[in-house]
Amino acid sequence: MIEAFVSFAPGWARDHAAPLAVAIPMLCSTLGVFLPNGRLAWFLSILATGASLLMALVLMGLVQNEGIVSYAMGGWEPPAGIEFRIDALNAMIILLVTAIAFLAAVFSWPTVNAEIREEKQNLFYSAYLVCVTGLVGVSSTGDAFNLFVFLEISSIATYVLVALGARRDRRALPAAFNYLVMGTLGATFYVIGVGFLFAATGTLNMNDFSQMIPQLTDSRTVQAGFAFIIVGLGLKAAMWPLHQWLPGAYNYAPSFVTTFLAATATKVALYALIRYLFTVFKPDFSFELASFGLIFMPLAAAAMLVCSFQAVFQSDVRRTLAYSSVAQVGYMLLGVSLATAAGLTAGLFHLVNHALMKGGLFMAVAGVVLTYQGTRVYDFAGLGRSAPWTMTAFAICALSLIGVPLTAGFQSKIALLAAVFANGWWWAAALIVFSSVLAVLYMGRILEAVFFQAPANPRKQRKEAPLLLLIPLWILALANIWIGIDPAPVFDLADDASAAVFTTGGAR
Amino acid sequence: MLEIIAARGNYWIIIALMMTGLYITFEANNLIKRLVGLSVFQTSVFLFYITLSKVAGGTAPILMGGDIKKKAKHAGEEAGAAAGGQGEAAGAGTGLENVYSNPLPHVLILTAIVVGVSTLAVGLALVVRIREAYGTIESDEVRAIDIDVALAEEMDAPAREGAQ
Repeated sequence: MIEAFVSFAPGWARDHAAPLAVAIPMLCSTLGVFLPNGRLAWFLSILATGASLLMALVLMGLVQNEGIVSYAMGGWEPPAGIEFRIDALNAMIILLVTAIAFLAAVFSWPTVNAEIREEKQNLFYSAYLVCVTGLVGVSSTGDAFNLFVFLEISSIATYVLVALGARRDRRALPAAFNYLVMGTLGATFYVIGVGFLFAATGTLNMNDFSQMIPQLTDSRTVQAGFAFIIVGLGLKAAMWPLHQWLPGAYNYAPSFVTTFLAATATKVALYALIRYLFTVFKPDFSFELASFGLIFMPLAAAAMLVCSFQAVFQSDVRRTLAYSSVAQVGYMLLGVSLATAAGLTAGLFHLVNHALMKGGLFMAVAGVVLTYQGTRVYDFAGLGRSAPWTMTAFAICALSLIGVPLTAGFQSKIALLAAVFANGWWWAAALIVFSSVLAVLYMGRILEAVFFQAPANPRKQRKEAPLLLLIPLWILALANIWIGIDPAPVFDLADDASAAVFTTGGAR
Repeated sequence: MLEIIAARGNYWIIIALMMTGLYITFEANNLIKRLVGLSVFQTSVFLFYITLSKVAGGTAPILMGGDIKKKAKHAGEEAGAAAGGQGEAAGAGTGLENVYSNPLPHVLILTAIVVGVSTLAVGLALVVRIREAYGTIESDEVRAIDIDVALAEEMDAPAREGAQ
């Protein structure tokens, strides 16, 4: 299907797909500032993210046909110039980010209209497009410093977007401030790490790094750079215990922002982490292997346990989902920390699935916020009867999060279990199962309120979320079922991605 | 021993600034002070990069003297050569008459400064909004207000539920 799509694409799109996927939202974001009202800005953001999605599809096709796509920015050849380098791994992430960005843009209007002041709506969409620019940029670039710039572009836009939740709840402001401080610390740590690598190698191109670093593994400079980069990106990816910014930011941000962030922002940072762990540094370095066993694996296990427990005791649905997000990042990191191709595949597969299910869950919550104004568990009581369509989709995504058979979450947990058993980590398998039981507890508590409790709130005579919101929600919910029944297409993407990193990693 | 320490004076300053900045960021209660700490921390990283770019005996990376004509021929190779010569005498490998410092980190830090300034601007704007919403910019007071409000809501909620 994607091959056919590429053959239809015009020549300019094929030649410039990589920069266009970033440039279109970037240019449209400045346009949005001049638009007279929010509705036009909404159309613009749909067009921009849609165009970006098309470019991502073209890129995906090109990568599948030709292998690596390398684009020299402004005609300056790498390694001196900035390079956009797309292989199977980024192509998948870019496709995921742009697809979620497009769906989120379509669904955004009712909730943005309700939650953001009218004269700020066009600026809100501009900030959103800047955020998309940054995220797609991080996933496309092959230049270490350029990655930092894109990371900060998306982060600064995110701080603004989170703070806009202040109209509904002023606690969004301290949450955004904390996120700003932590996020900036993380990004600065990353820059320090890049500085060390630059001092050791004299280049900033990731491809150059990967060729020079194997000769320098004993250099203390490289090892310090590795440590700084891992901490910095770990902070952005909400790796336990560096996740403190996440629950507050997800909880108080406008519901549309939460939906988008939960499905993309930490995923992109995690991609950058994977890029460094497997392409720039190779897993066979002794100090990196030690970090897998002594840092990532225990942290992943701790995230799965501690944050699942914390999720059980939250009274707010959004906060429950936020803690569950940190726990799910733990699953992905567990897959990564196996340092095997199967483990990385499982981690990436879960990354995609988690974006789909969390995106769906937060969309449903956004619908509830829109019609009932409440996000506490008892606000959800009895909604199964008054809003069956919204809540059925919510339930599907929730079951997928738990990992019930015939859903996407089941498939990725099976893949993860298989990878874990192949390594002989039976205790990790036990942890996965136990953490899933905790997921049954925290999601079950909400589902019980939704379907089996009488409505406790008189305002709940209101109806469904608007159709505009239901369509993207159901697309995500059905995607969860579709992957659950036929995991092959997405699983193959994840498999290609990890194969690209593992087999061609040396010669890249 | 003393020479080793003295020869790396720049790095000691960078480490001192970095730790000072980090400490202020974690420890200060005043939100503005936290931003100040963050800025100090970032600035130490800028200094780190600038220190990396210094080549012993090198001058500012602007071509001068006989180098101008030579460079006009193969301008494109400049950046790569300069980056490759980092840490050694840059003039050696590039066929230039003069020794120049590495220009690349300067360019990077110019970008990083812009990023830092925009982060600071957003941070200060947030502080203004926090002042408007809470009437204070001390983070412990903000937290105390939040906890009080949340507790009051918790007390309220069962009563409301019971009433319905």
